[in-house]
This record gives sequence, structure tokens and C-alpha cells, in this order.
Amino acid sequence: MNEQAAVVSLKSLTKDFARGGVRALQEIDLEVRPREFVSLIGPSGCGKSTLLRIIGDLVPPTSGEVVVNGKQAHQARLDRDYGIVFQDAVLYDWRTVAKNIALPLEMLDWDRARRSERVGEMVELVELAGFEDHYPWQLSGGMQQRVSIARALSFDPPLLLMDEPFGALDEMTRERMNMELLRIWQESGSTIVFVTHSIAEAVFLSTRVVVLSPRPGRITGIVDIDLPQPRNTDTREQERFFELVTEVRELLRTGDRSGEELPA
Amino acid sequence: MLRRGLVFAAVLAGLWALWEAYRAFGVAVSLTWPFEVNERTMPHIHDMIGQLFEPSRRNGPLLIEVLGKAALFTAKEAAVGFALGAGVGFLIAVALVHSTLLQRGLLPYIVASQTIPILAIAPMVVVWLGGRGLPGWFSVSVIAAYLTFFPVAINALRGLQSADPRAHELMNSYAASRWTVLWKLRVPASLPYLFAAFKIAATACVVGAIIGELPASIQDGLGGAILNFNQYYASSPESLWATNIIAALLGIAFFLLIVLTEKLVVRRAPEHFV
Amino acid sequence: MSTTVVQPVPRNFGRMMGRSARDWAPAVAIFVLGIALWEGLVRGLDVQRFLLPAPSEILSTFWDERDTLVSAGLFTFKEAVGGFLIGSAFAVLVALVLARWRPLGNALMPYAIAANAVPIIAFAPITNNWFGILSPASKMAIAAVIVFFPVMVNTLRGLTSVRPESVELMRSYAARERDIFRRVRIPTSLPYLFTGLKVATVLAMIGAIVGDYFGGSQDALGIQIRRSAGIFAFEEAWAAIFVASVLGIAFYGAVALAERVVLSWHPSVRGGRE
Repeated sequence: MNEQAAVVSLKSLTKDFARGGVRALQEIDLEVRPREFVSLIGPSGCGKSTLLRIIGDLVPPTSGEVVVNGKQAHQARLDRDYGIVFQDAVLYDWRTVAKNIALPLEMLDWDRARRSERVGEMVELVELAGFEDHYPWQLSGGMQQRVSIARALSFDPPLLLMDEPFGALDEMTRERMNMELLRIWQESGSTIVFVTHSIAEAVFLSTRVVVLSPRPGRITGIVDIDLPQPRNTDTREQERFFELVTEVRELLRTGDRSGEELPA
Repeated sequence: MLRRGLVFAAVLAGLWALWEAYRAFGVAVSLTWPFEVNERTMPHIHDMIGQLFEPSRRNGPLLIEVLGKAALFTAKEAAVGFALGAGVGFLIAVALVHSTLLQRGLLPYIVASQTIPILAIAPMVVVWLGGRGLPGWFSVSVIAAYLTFFPVAINALRGLQSADPRAHELMNSYAASRWTVLWKLRVPASLPYLFAAFKIAATACVVGAIIGELPASIQDGLGGAILNFNQYYASSPESLWATNIIAALLGIAFFLLIVLTEKLVVRRAPEHFV
Repeated sequence: MSTTVVQPVPRNFGRMMGRSARDWAPAVAIFVLGIALWEGLVRGLDVQRFLLPAPSEILSTFWDERDTLVSAGLFTFKEAVGGFLIGSAFAVLVALVLARWRPLGNALMPYAIAANAVPIIAFAPITNNWFGILSPASKMAIAAVIVFFPVMVNTLRGLTSVRPESVELMRSYAARERDIFRRVRIPTSLPYLFTGLKVATVLAMIGAIVGDYFGGSQDALGIQIRRSAGIFAFEEAWAAIFVASVLGIAFYGAVALAERVVLSWHPSVRGGRE
């Protein structure tokens, strides 16, 4: 366990949506340490996507503390301390793959040579060599997401936020992308906060899995994933894998049940 | 609701203010570019509206009465034209949706027909139909119909083709006849597109009706009224402006009628702007 | 006559334009057939020769009168292009402003759409009075106003049709509003802008010609048509209409070509994935 400061630190984070007086998140306390891979999992509407956006300063919290990379979330965003990947690749149709990846670098005023070099590196990293001059609509869903990941990592942010990036892909592509992501994670050394619906995906990818309850989202429990690294296709067939999946599933059910027991 | 009303009032007030301000400025500095500003070229808006309640000519009926009748006359021409054009357009779309060959053959011309200044052939249409003993106003309706059929045909075609392929597969699994597929699937799917076309057509048929009256030398409609008051512009510019205001209101009225009908017939998700 | 946001052409028309001769064969066949039929019917049945001369006669009349017609055509074409440029420029400016200050844009959008429903051409006598009946500026003004609303509405739609995630992505790069405009909104709006511009070419042309029906210079095409029709010299009228159509199609084609160049990345231009 590193002694370094947490990359993300949430204290008593609460989020209410003014319209309709809905409480999305309640008293979230969480620390994400460097080089961790933390998954957020929970039923629909539990606020996990909102939580991700609060970390990214795309949505303001109602109360509580959000510290990213040692600064206020707002400053972290201005300092571009994180990259974000959405479920939809959100690539720009009028830019080639190379230019899409270069977008944040352009915003950072990198000169052409440096951009070109970095784009080359990223294309290698996500294994899309040869597709630099293709347009997004010429690529499959999985490939588009790889471009999206390359773009998010292109400027070497310490933190990567991912909102169900593989949700739109089929099971087999998804499992392949999981392996890809783990490899990229190891090679880049970044910290990842990952939102997902899939228990198996969460257990396979993460060092820790944070289970959220239905709205208002609270942390029902956190599961340490002690599966050995590096993980591979065999990992999914180990007994420990199934035990952990069951543990997460139980926590999800507990969250559900306690949601029913509490008065409205 | 209140907010909408306030915005409406604000927009009207804003336009009013813009007009009067430009006029005041133009008169004060004797502005001649882009055009000369004086009480003839830019009458006061309240004078224009006031003119409606003056006699249209010495000892004649009030202007608003004259214009109201003219507007109704033109509205009739436009409505008949709309019905004709929308009907023909829809039929063309139904024919085209069932035959790709016809589509490939005819579509370029249907699109190209938009580039022919059809109002230019209005004089010919009028003479032709007049020679057949049809009343003058019907020729005008035909012209309005021509302007209507195009957007309806194109949009109806798109709409009839817009149903999800899986919905079609479902229909096939019921061994549904083409007729059933048409009425139970294609037509309901095409409603949003149809209404988009109707909104365009509403304006087109009013324009067609007004312009069509000119070569037909029809005095009873708004086109005739505009020509008439144009001749008296020097003595009474407010009358022409008042006529134009009525013409504008007619166009907007047709449009709003379609919008209202759409709200009643089709339940659509509100549009979101980001 | 005016249009709002709807694409006037079926979605796959653009793709069709890029395809092989096989797809064009039916259209070409119909063209040849249509012309032949027209020629045959008019000669054989000696019908309607008065009103609708045979294509050969129209072409020969055009050839005889080509000097007058071409110069009249160019005169009117200049009015149309002038109006198109002025109207589109203003429209894009206003759209940019309304997209930047969203509350204003949202409030005014319904009014812009309603204003689109006004028969602008009815205001031709007024612009004649402002700029002088013989001056091309009067028709340019009408064309500009006709063009303004469709282009503005289309462009505004395009500027505001950006997905929320796109904006969030830019925010994650700490982008300012200005960057979001430059890098996202404006490129997104280009397809919509060109849809509006293509429609505008047709509207501007028609506006310039039909504006003449309320009076104009002898050098203008609309006046030629009206005059020829008035003395029942329909061959000349049709020859003039032929010139107008050719110019209209050329204008549309020029903008469509520009679209292919600017939108070279677009799937519809590159024959993208089905």
C-alpha cells in the first residue's frame, strides 16, 4: 500500500437534485489511492454516474468534500488532472482517429511535432495502428471506444474516469476490451475509477469494488479483490473469482433489501 | 403560461421599439442608405393599425372589413390548394414507397421541380384553366397546390420509410397485407414527417394563393388588395402596410392551425436544445 | 414557399448521387421518355401548343432570343445571389448570437419559426417603394428576407444539436465557451447550414423572379415572363422559364458542390457504412 496521498478523496459527499427534491447520493466517504482500479457498481439510479461526474467537477456536490489529486475538484478540472470516457465514444465525426486523439493535446497547446509523436504512441497503446486516418463512423463500436480511451490518456492524466465504457458492446468484445484495459492500465500506471453494471466485469478489472445502494446512493460495502495480477482469461474461471462475484452480489442484495426496509 | 405571455409581449414590444427607434433615428439624420427614411417609407406602426379602422375609400367600408373579406377569399383559395396538394403529394409518396424503380426514376424530377419557378408559369395555368371554364380562383388553388405537393411528397416518402425494420418484420410475421402494413405501420410512423411538411405547406399555399391572384387579375383576394393599395402608396402608405400586416397574419394563422392540429393528433416528445 | 428545418430530400438521395450509372439509368430513361412524350404529344395532337409548346420550339425560341434572355437571366441571377449572400450572412450571425446566449435563443426560436410562415413576397411592393421599382436592390432585399429565416433556423438547430456528453468532454478539458463553439458547435452545425443554404438558393431565385410580378426593371427575367405571358407569347415565356430553371439548378448545384468539399468527412459524401 502506497504512502502517497489519495488521488481521489470524498468525505461526506451528498448530492441533491433541486428539481423534485431528489437525493441522489448520501454521505459518501471514499478514498482512491494511486494506481488503484476502483469500480463503482449499483442498480440503476443509484447515482454512480453522478458520483463520477462530481469527481470530474462536471456536476457540483450539494455538500461534502471532493479532493482530486490534492486539490479541489474544480481546480483539478482546470488543471486537466483527469481523462474521461463515456459509454458513448463521443468522437467527432469531422476528425480522423488521429485528430480525435489529438484533441486534448490541441487544447493544451502542444506543438504539432509533440502531438504527432504522442498520437503515435497512443495508437500503439490501444492497438489501432493503421487506422489513424479513418473516420469514426468507419470503425466498430469497440474500436471507437479504444480511440476514446486513447484520447483520454493522451495527455497522461493521473486519473481516468470511465462511465460504463463497454456497456454498449457485446459480451465477447466486452471481455476482450476488459483485457485491453487492464494492459493499458498496467502500462500507463494511471488510477482508474470505473462505473459499471456488470458484477463480473467489476470483479475482473478492479483492485476494489465499491457497492452502492439504490437511491439515495450510499456505500453498502467495499470488496477488496485479491485476485492475482496480471489477470487473464483463466482468472474468470477460478473459484476465488466466483466467491468474490457472490460477495458483491450479496452486497447488492443487501443494499436493495435495506432500501425496502427503510421508511419512504 | 404567464411567462410565455410575457415573452410574447416582450417580443412584440421589442419589434415595435426597433421600428420606431430606427425611424426616429433615420428621420433625424436624414438617412438615405440603405433606403430613405421618412414618413412615407416608414409610417408609424400605430398609424398602420389605425388605418385599419378608417374607411378604405371615401364613404366606403372600413379597411379592416375590406381586408377581412379579401383574407377570407385568399384563405379559401389557399385551403383548397393545400388539400389538393397534400392529397396528391401523399398519393405520390405512397406510390413511390412501394416501388424502388419508380423512386429512382421520378425522385430527381420531383426534387428538380422545386427549382422551376413555378409561380412563373402561373399566367399559363390561369389561361389554361380559364379556357376550360373553371373559375379564376380555382387556378389560384392549383398554383397553391403545386407549391404544396412537393414538400408533402418528399416528407411523406421519408416518413413512410421511417418505420423500424423490426416493426416491419413483426408485420411480416403476421403475414400482413401491404395495405395493412401501410395503414397500421407506415402511415402512423409518417405522422411527424407529415406535420413537418404541412407546416411548410401552410406557408407555401398562402404565398401561392396571393401571388397566383396577380396573373389571374383577381380583385377579391389579398393579392389584388396589395396591388390596389400599392397604387395609392403615395397618398396612403399606411393602407399598404396594413394590408401586408393582414397578409402576414394570414400566413401565421395557417401555420398555427397546423401546429394546433399536430398537438392534438400527434403526441411527440418536446424538442431539447442543448 | 419557405421552409423550416426539415431536409427537403430523402436521406439516401445524397448516397444515390454517389452511386453507379445503374442507379441513374431509370431517371435518365424517364427524362428521355418524358421529353420525347412531350414533343410527340404536342406535335401529334396539336394540343395546347398555344400554352405548352414542344420542347424543340422552346429551345429554338430560346436560341433566337438568347441575347435578351441570357442578359435578363443574369440580371435576375445577380439579384438572387445578392439576396442569398446578404440573407445568409445575417442568418448565420444571428444564429451564432442566439446559440451563444441560450435563453434568448430559446425564447425567440418559436417566433423565428412563426416568422417563417409570413408570405414575405407580399412585401415586394414595399421594397419597391423603398429602393425604387427598377433597382435590383428591391428584389435583393426580398430575396434576403426570404432566405434569412430558413437559414437561421437550420443553423441554430445545428449549433444547438450537440450531445450533452460532447459538452461534458470539452468541460473535462477545462474548455471555455468560445472553445466549445469553435471546436464542437460550429463543425456540428455545418451539415445543417448547408441544408439551409441549398433550400435558400431556390428561394432566392424564386424570390427574385416573383418579386418582379409586383413591378420591376425591363431587364429582369420575371418581367420578361410576365410580359410575354401577358401578350400570350407563351413560347417566349417558356423560354424565359427555361433560363430561370437552368440558372436555379446551377445555383443549387454550386452550393451542393461546395457542400461536398466542406463536408468531405461526412458519411453521405464518402459513401459510408450502411
